[in-house]
Amino acid sequence: MSEVWITIGVLCVGTVAIKSAGPLMVGGRVPSDRTLAVLSLVAPALLAALVVYETVGGRAGGVEIDERLAGVGAAAACLAAKLPLGVVVIAAAAVTALARALTG
Amino acid sequence: MQDEDSDLRAGVRAALPLLFPTLAVGISFGVLAEPVMGSVAPIVMSVIVFAGSAQFAALSVLAAGGGAPAAITAGLLMNTRFLPMGFAVAPALRGGPLKRAAQGQAVIDTSLALASRGERGFDRGLLVGATIPQAACWISGTAIGALGGSVLSEPERFGIDAIFPAFFLALLVKEARRGLALGVALAGGLVTLALLPFLPPGLAVIAAFLTALVGLRRP
Repeated sequence: MSEVWITIGVLCVGTVAIKSAGPLMVGGRVPSDRTLAVLSLVAPALLAALVVYETVGGRAGGVEIDERLAGVGAAAACLAAKLPLGVVVIAAAAVTALARALTG
Repeated sequence: MQDEDSDLRAGVRAALPLLFPTLAVGISFGVLAEPVMGSVAPIVMSVIVFAGSAQFAALSVLAAGGGAPAAITAGLLMNTRFLPMGFAVAPALRGGPLKRAAQGQAVIDTSLALASRGERGFDRGLLVGATIPQAACWISGTAIGALGGSVLSEPERFGIDAIFPAFFLALLVKEARRGLALGVALAGGLVTLALLPFLPPGLAVIAAFLTALVGLRRP
């Protein structure tokens, strides 16, 4: 088996195991109030982390500041102006593409 | 309890703005992976691994001649963030162990965020419904890229890569209206930014999850 297929196979098994751990270890019980309080904060924490990673994260790790920052800034301005989601994402892509065209 | 969950179709609708970007990034994965893996392996990978950022991480190691162990490590480190996400979503899942584990495979960043109902935990219908069309786009995009390439082989030129943070930011604005949620979001973002230069991205994102534990302090 080649390196590629070993990588794919182990990644598949590992990812399924990682994703199964929580659902298997936590039964279908009704969560406590404290658990729900933590769960309600999972999405804000995750989303903030993803905004940062997807904006300045390098593909091979580390921090890489590039034109995405301008696009996300445009998205933030659209959100502040209460524009709809479609406009927000199109503005982000358009401003990023424009900045790349100008700097590239 | 099942009737509390939204319809799968509501999840599909919520994921609509993500479908084109997911297809485009899938195409770029296929195009980049084809010279390294051949044309079949990237498609198989998108079907059975189904984790974009981990696939890119593993691909970048293989492309640099890093070998399978290093590629596997990079991919799994990226996916470690699904561990706390799986625990968070677990109370919302239904059925026996196999069924619950199967539903757990639907956990991806975007769907988990879309399925959050704040104090009421997560919505299983939204979670699974949002993942299905994204999986279809990710896999078909990979196939298009690996088998033929396309004008979208460089989605960065069109700023497609900025769509994901913009989408997450839009969801965050909705989520972080309350004081505590806003505080956790700011802390989580800062923690990620501070750790990103030193840790693999998956672990930096996990560290941000720890900020949600402040909820334990509430009565």
